[in-house]
Amino acid sequence: MLKYILIPLLPLLSFIINILFGRNYIKNRAHWIAVPAILGSFVLAVSACIEVLNGKVIDINVYSWIVSGSFNVSVGILIDQLTAVMLMVVTSIGSLIFIYSVGYMHGDKGYYRFFAYLSLFIFSMLTLVMANNFLIMYLGWEAVGLCSYFLIGFWFHKKSAGDAGKKAFIVNRFGDFGFGLGVILIFLTFGSLNYMEVFGAAGGIVGQTITLLGYKVDLITLICLLLFCGAMGKSAQFPFHVWLPDAMEGPTPVSALIHAATMVTAGVFMVARCNTLFSYSQTAMNTVAIVGGFTAIFAATIALVQNDIKRVIAYSTVSQLGYMFLALGVGAYSAGVFHLYTHAFFKALLFLGSGSVIHALHHAKQDDEQNMQVMGGLKKHMPITYWVFILATLSITGIPFLSGFFSKDEILWQTFQAGDLGKFLWFLGALAALLTAFYSWRLIYLTFHGEYRGDTECESRIHESPLVITIPLMLLAVGAVAAGWVGIPPVFLEHGDKIGYFLAPVLGHPEGHGTHAQEYFVIASSIFVAIAGWVIAYIMYIKNPGLPEKLFSAFRPVHKVLFNKYYIDEFYDKTIVQPVLKASDKIILAFDVNVIEGVVNGVPSLIGVFSKGLRKIQTGLLSNYAAVMAIGVLCVVGYMFFMR
Amino acid sequence: MVPLNWYIILSAVMFSIGMFGFLSRRNLVIMFICLELMLNAVNVSLVAFSHYLQSINGQILVFFVITVAAAEAAIGLAIIIAYYKNNPTIKVDEINILKG
Repeated sequence: MLKYILIPLLPLLSFIINILFGRNYIKNRAHWIAVPAILGSFVLAVSACIEVLNGKVIDINVYSWIVSGSFNVSVGILIDQLTAVMLMVVTSIGSLIFIYSVGYMHGDKGYYRFFAYLSLFIFSMLTLVMANNFLIMYLGWEAVGLCSYFLIGFWFHKKSAGDAGKKAFIVNRFGDFGFGLGVILIFLTFGSLNYMEVFGAAGGIVGQTITLLGYKVDLITLICLLLFCGAMGKSAQFPFHVWLPDAMEGPTPVSALIHAATMVTAGVFMVARCNTLFSYSQTAMNTVAIVGGFTAIFAATIALVQNDIKRVIAYSTVSQLGYMFLALGVGAYSAGVFHLYTHAFFKALLFLGSGSVIHALHHAKQDDEQNMQVMGGLKKHMPITYWVFILATLSITGIPFLSGFFSKDEILWQTFQAGDLGKFLWFLGALAALLTAFYSWRLIYLTFHGEYRGDTECESRIHESPLVITIPLMLLAVGAVAAGWVGIPPVFLEHGDKIGYFLAPVLGHPEGHGTHAQEYFVIASSIFVAIAGWVIAYIMYIKNPGLPEKLFSAFRPVHKVLFNKYYIDEFYDKTIVQPVLKASDKIILAFDVNVIEGVVNGVPSLIGVFSKGLRKIQTGLLSNYAAVMAIGVLCVVGYMFFMR
Repeated sequence: MVPLNWYIILSAVMFSIGMFGFLSRRNLVIMFICLELMLNAVNVSLVAFSHYLQSINGQILVFFVITVAAAEAAIGLAIIIAYYKNNPTIKVDEINILKG
């Protein structure tokens, strides 16, 4: 049992040691604690996964946390097939990113702090995925949000970083509010928070309704929608997507680990975990699918025109998360989790690759080091980074036989089979795949091809990143190519969909009723859009470098809207942020000055008024006190004499 | 044989003198002596009753009172001397720094 508990506890230990002794004693040796801790977790996670592969499901209550009447919560661990996949993703990618950070963060003033927060994040994420009840999951859920806040605002001396951290935290608050309500409603309905008990009893409440603001609402739909609200916040789905691109203010390893590979997939994981609940509510499923499909295409259009290298990848992440929800929404849970798993590899690789580029430009003292418009021609200076980038891009765009192809194709095929709504969403998904191919290749062409557009003096100083950065990149590249080979669709290879069968006990296996011809059509069309996007990008950025400018001026309004991200930030600012700020200004004037300060100042002055009278009797003269005492004694004696 | 009344009267007179002195005098040392007088007045009555009731309890209590009085005298005089070293006065009228 201890070895399962140690999986999350090792990173926690690393956090405690680094945060307590980091500033004065450990300093720039912090990785000697953090890296072995995460590697230890990784090894333990692998051994746990092997047990799961052999058919064992680990469900233990470690410790009884809250016992209050019928409310009973344990700190418990559940490692089933779904958790095993998540454990592998979190610990393997986490280990590589920890190693990468040793090179990337070298010499930073907050080096120990960085590793402390990163360790705390891994602990929280492992708590989230290993929980066996909703409350522990909620604990991990909030803790990853907190770590995200710490790490986005890691360079807090930059105002933009501090603001981005606050934005991520506050936007997530909206989603988490729904999630919290969902958990409470689950307890009120089922009288328990344990997964097994809740999912076991879920069938019994189908069709029950509760009255909410005078409307009759289907109970299970309400629960699912509230839970999904939390998932939308954490996984940056429209309309809560605004925080993720801003989160790129954090150091690049953070973007890779938290805002691409692990934390943002928490929403996907949660919905997959609650698939039993969602399956009972068609309304909730449709909502998930529509939000996912819409976000996939919505974010992809924004990514087309962004210039910041990390922002392009961030919008790409939002879009890919949309795909995952699309899969969950049409009931293809294992396809969604499969995409989560492959996406973690190639997206972490894209981020770390961009980090390598930024690192090189930063050390070459190039201003505006994240702007793709000043890059170009980096291919010859950074060959390793270039080639891993190419592999990641081939994978994400869905070129056959790389990871991304299998998982994305599985999602599109399952969506295609899901009725009329499915056909429409499939079309959106395929369109988003076209855009994905375009902006991914645009990124490559702008960054690595052509001539360097920054300072020529800086160009001579650009060189490949050190081994501690490139080795994790190469290992991730192997994952980006090969991770998908566990999920080869049956049309290519009989029994190829190993991960689907592996996850089936938890997530079920959707029964397809499409024909082979249709499946070939879906596969052919996704290969077609992947190559079409590539060709368009090639024409626009290599053949005719002047073409983008011409197109931009021809479609000036469209470009402006896309470049400004559909003005969503401005819209939120006008409708929510500014009114709240104005109202709170007024409230501060009225309430704070009058009520709070009135109470704070009023109580002491009231006491002062009373004590002014009372202090007169404290004359300080011993004789007076003695006289009062004597009179008192006389009174007592007199009372005893005459009254009794 | 001296009757009990006489002891009680003696005790009451001693106590009253002590109390009057404590309330009326201003010299700290005199007040202190008056305090001792009151304690001893109590001792007298305790011993008298102890004899009258043929019970040893009263006399045991007297030993306690004497012990406490001795300790109190030591501490009290020490405080007076310590105070006098800082402020050369032992008049209670002038010792009023605890005035509210």
